[in-house]
Parts: sequence; C-alpha cells; structure tokens
Amino acid sequence: MKRLTFAALAVAIACSPDQSKNGNNATPAAERSGSVDLTGAGATFPYPLYSKWFSDYAAKTGVKINYQSIGSGGGIRQISEQTVDFGATDSPMSNDEMSHAKGGAILHLPTVLGGVVITYNLPDVKEPLKLTGPLVADIFLGKVKKWNDPAIAALNPGVKLPNQDILVVHRSDGSGTSYVFTDYLTAVSPAWAKGPKKGKEVPWPVGLGGKGNEGVAGQVKQTPGSIGYVELAYAKENALPAALIKNVAGNFVAPSTETITAAASGVAEKLPPNTDYRISIVNAPGANAYPISSFTWILAYANQSDSVKGKKLVDFLRWALTEGEKEATTLNYAPLPASMAAQLNTRLDSIKLGSAR
Amino acid sequence: MTDATAQLPGVTPPRAARAAAPLSASLFGDRIYQAVITAFAVFIPLLLILIAIAIGIAAWPALSRSGLSFVTSSEWNVAEGKFGVAPAIYGTLVSSAIALILATPLALGVSIFLSEIAPKWLRQPVAFLVDLLAAVPSVVYGLWGIFVLIPLLRDPVGPFVRDTLGLGKTPLFSGPNYGYSMLAAGIILAIMILPFISAVTREVLLAVPRSQRDAALALGATRWEMIRDAVLPYARSGIIGGIILGLGRALGETMAVMMLIGNRAEISASLFAPGYTMASLIANQFSEATSDLHLSALMAVGAVLFVVTLIVNAIARWLVWRVTRGSGR
Repeated sequence: MKRLTFAALAVAIACSPDQSKNGNNATPAAERSGSVDLTGAGATFPYPLYSKWFSDYAAKTGVKINYQSIGSGGGIRQISEQTVDFGATDSPMSNDEMSHAKGGAILHLPTVLGGVVITYNLPDVKEPLKLTGPLVADIFLGKVKKWNDPAIAALNPGVKLPNQDILVVHRSDGSGTSYVFTDYLTAVSPAWAKGPKKGKEVPWPVGLGGKGNEGVAGQVKQTPGSIGYVELAYAKENALPAALIKNVAGNFVAPSTETITAAASGVAEKLPPNTDYRISIVNAPGANAYPISSFTWILAYANQSDSVKGKKLVDFLRWALTEGEKEATTLNYAPLPASMAAQLNTRLDSIKLGSAR
Repeated sequence: MTDATAQLPGVTPPRAARAAAPLSASLFGDRIYQAVITAFAVFIPLLLILIAIAIGIAAWPALSRSGLSFVTSSEWNVAEGKFGVAPAIYGTLVSSAIALILATPLALGVSIFLSEIAPKWLRQPVAFLVDLLAAVPSVVYGLWGIFVLIPLLRDPVGPFVRDTLGLGKTPLFSGPNYGYSMLAAGIILAIMILPFISAVTREVLLAVPRSQRDAALALGATRWEMIRDAVLPYARSGIIGGIILGLGRALGETMAVMMLIGNRAEISASLFAPGYTMASLIANQFSEATSDLHLSALMAVGAVLFVVTLIVNAIARWLVWRVTRGSGR
C-alpha cells in the first residue's frame, strides 16, 4: 500500500515537471504535515517546559516541533547557520555573535524567567540563611573563608554558625546558570567585576566544579560546610535549602516564581518600546524582587524566508506567550509579568514572512 | 603477542614464494581482492591522518594566538581569550598514572591466579565477572564514585592515610580533603581499566606453551618460580601490550573522571586536591562555547590530547620493543 502511493507520487512528479517548478511550495509543506514542522535547538534550562509546550501544542493544532536541548551555545550556532528554525538561549547573544548570523537580524523573544538559588549544607542551621550580594561575592572570591565569619554572623543574628571552612561549589560546565549568577555578582561586587567577571564559564578563584545542576547539588548535599548555586526549578524539585538574598529595596527575599516574576515586572515597566529584550534583570528594583533572576529567550530571524514555516513559528510563539505561560508555574518556571504581553505581541507582529522560496 | 611476532618471519617465505609463482595465470579476481584488501588497510591510517589534519586546522587559531603558553600556562580565561591547559595535561597524566599503578598489580594478580592457580570451576565465573567490569557504562562508575567512593575517601580513608599512617605531612596528601580529587579519579580509572589489562594478560598467559611450564618444573622449580621465571618472561611483551591498552583508555576517559575529579584547573602536588583533565575540559565547555576562538581552543585541547596520547603510546611501544629484544626471543 505504502509502496503504491510512493510509486504514484513518483509518477506524478515525473509527469509534471512544469507544475513542480511553478506551483507554490505550500502544497508539499501541507503534505508533509505528518512529519516534523519546525525544528529548534538550544538551552537545556527551559527544556522541560518547552517540551510540555510542544506536546500540548501538537495535540491542539497538529503542528509538530522538534527541539534538541544541546545547550545555549549550540542553539546560537545552529540558528546562526540556519540549520534550525529557531534557537533558544539562557544568555543573550553578543553583538559580535549577532553579526555572524547568516539569515539577517535575530530577535530575542523572552519566554519565561529563571532564578538562581544559593544553596548550602549546614546541618545545624534550621532557618534559611540571609546573605547579601557582596557577601556572596566575597565567599565565591575566597575572601570569606569560615561560616562564623563576622560578616555572615551580622546578617544572621541568633543563628548558631559553625566554626567551619566554607567549601565553594560552582558549575564546571559552561552554563546559563553560571552566566546569571556571575552577572549578578558583577553587578553588586566591584571586586568580582574586576576579577572573574561575568560569563557562562569564568575562572573561579576557589572551589570545586560540578557538572550540571545535579553535579553542584550532589557535591553540596554530600559535603557539610559547602555552598553552591543551582537553578530554581532544580532546587524546588529537590527541596534544597535556599538562602534569602537582600535586594535593592533592602528586603531579604526567598527565591520563588512570584519573586522572580516580580523582578521582571520592576524592569519591564521601564523598558523602552523598541527594546530588543537583550536585557539583564539581575539586582532588579521592587520590594519583592528576587535579585538573581533572568529571562530565557527564543531566537528567531526577523525575516522568515520560508513563509509557511515562519507563520507556524509565529503562531506557536503567540500561543506559547499566552496559553503556554499559564503552564510555567506548575513546572517551577516564573511566568513573564502580564505587563509585557502586549509589547511582545507587537514584536511578534513585526516578524516579516518572506515569499515562498 | 610474542608468538605472533615470532611466527611472522616463519610465515614470510611461503608468501614470497607464492608471489613469485606464475600470478599471470591466476584469476583476475585475485588482483581485485588484493586491491580491495589494500584499500581497507590504507583506509584506517588515512582516517587517522585526516582526523589529525581536521583537528589541527580547527585548533590553529587558538594555538597560533597562545603559542607555547597554551601548554605551559595555567590560566584559562575565555572572556580574555587566554588559554592555558597545563593543569589539564598534568591531570590527565597523573590520573592515568595513578590508575596504572593501582590497576597493573591487581590485574596481573587476577590473571596469574586465573591462568595458573585457580581450579577450573572457578576460572570461568571469575574471569567472566572481571570482564563484566568493562561492560559497566562510564556514567555508572561516576555515580558509584559520587555515592560510595567519595564518602569513603572523605571519612575513613582520608584520616587513615593522614593520621594513622602519618602521611598528612607529606605534600602528596596535604591540604583539605573533600573527596572530589585526583585520587578519586585515579581510583575510578583503575577499576575501569582493570578488565582490559587482565583480559589481555590472561589470554597471553594461557597462550604460554605447556612445555615451557613443564621444563621449568622438570628443572626443580617451585610453582612460584615456574610462574616468575618461565611464564611471565615469555608473556612479557603481551602483558605490556595489555597495559598500553588500559593506559589508552585511562587517558581518554571523560565522564566518570569529570564527575569525580572536582574540575579545578590547578596543579597541586596533593592527591587529595581537585584537578582537571583534558577530556573533561572539552566535555564541560563544548556545549556552551559560542565564540570561534573558544571553540578553536577546545579543538586545540583535543589536538594536545591527541599528541600526548601519541607520545605516551610511542614510549610504550618502545618499551615493548626493548623488552622483546631483551628477552632474546
């Protein structure tokens, strides 16, 4: 049966050379709807949510999206080479990277928010530890070496801190989580800004490296006296202790989807209408804003050369930013603040759908 | 292995004679066969050369920028475009050396026991179980290391080595001990390469002719003297071949090492200190490397690993060559 259809198709194509040249491309694309419609690649951090979005969207509309979570770096490379229809990244592309994209201007479309949690292993400390940004920087710089350091004790009156060495655990692999964390340390600590700076991979002054959130969390869980940083979703799922961080308003804020969204809304209100969304929201204003927060982005070309695929992509993104956002909190991702929705919708409208190739 | 090299000269004359025989009369198919076989034989070295060239081209931007400091410097700073892999080279060599030091005696012991001493009913099951070690995936070793080996190293082993044995004052075991260390990586590598060394060694020992053993026993040797003076020298080059195989695997092993070594780019004399290896450096950073220079630097690490492996293998080959000559066979 299958073979017969195949043969018929081959004959049809062979008999109508003119039509295949002149006919529009929409027909074969529609015929292919059984296979994958869109391909994407990139960040691993939002993958659980994206994967849910893709399956929900496929169930609803029949549009199939294949996403490879190969890391932000791979996502940027592949969208630049035009081997995928969209990319995804946890840290915005640099101007230099943008200029290397083969398909023209790339748009950054924020999808959800992530936060970085400072976790630690102090078996005798029951209440959440309170820390400030500069103090976290000093710990990760190796300047504060003991848990009973006066700087920590001053922030945590009444907490019995052990006379123990602090073991710093950081990510050994290049990671968007490290980018957000070091972005924050660079913003709050001049010493950090002069030293390791921000990046997906920085020269850490002290500590051990673990691969992935699970590597860092594993080392912290096993080693009393250690401190590390992981993604919010990972920390929540594994019920890791999380330090309260002092924000710009002077409040000690626990990491949660609400406080991370609060950080974005503080920044979103002040965004100029023509922003390209390549913005950092660490150390954001707002009484309830968690300071170590960040967007994660989907990357798409502003000019979609294939109008069929382009329309599918825009339709999906529109769905994701409205219906999809509602799913975010169930998977411990912070949704975008409502105030950003209208602006993002206009941004989606600006995507140009080229004529069929 | 000794057998193969010893027999080669004996095999050559008939082949030469056959070549001299009236080939023109033979079938055309013979020539096609010969051409295909030659193509296969050339293909693999060619592949190796092509890989080397491809890595070399990709690595060139970073290598030409850093120059010799690429292998001598310890500073790896992507943002500033500084790439120095000395700690990773050191870590690769030291972790492999620890693995060899631990695994070789153990593998030899197992093989000698299995080929010379063990009763028949015990030989198969034990050999099977040892070989099974090679079938365990690398990441499983890593997990086992995190949940079993690291806590063991931190609590009973660390204090025992330092305080009970009093080695804490030597530079080899100084500094804080978090478990994640060069030592942990070396131990896991030792377990991983053990089946390779022991499998080769066992086969080589079993291939030692019965007459060799009988002769030694007939001269009044004890069983231990027979093994030491008659069996082991005969199998020496084969055993070294097995060790080289294990070493090759230790140099390139990535996942388990990455999970246990602590991933710290520093050269430290202490085995309790964390380290880094070239393979884990590449695996850690490749997926998030976006700039061309960073990618090129990782390729350059691959090139250095390639060269280091070649050098180590060349040294090992030379050792085998010397040993086989020295043994007078």
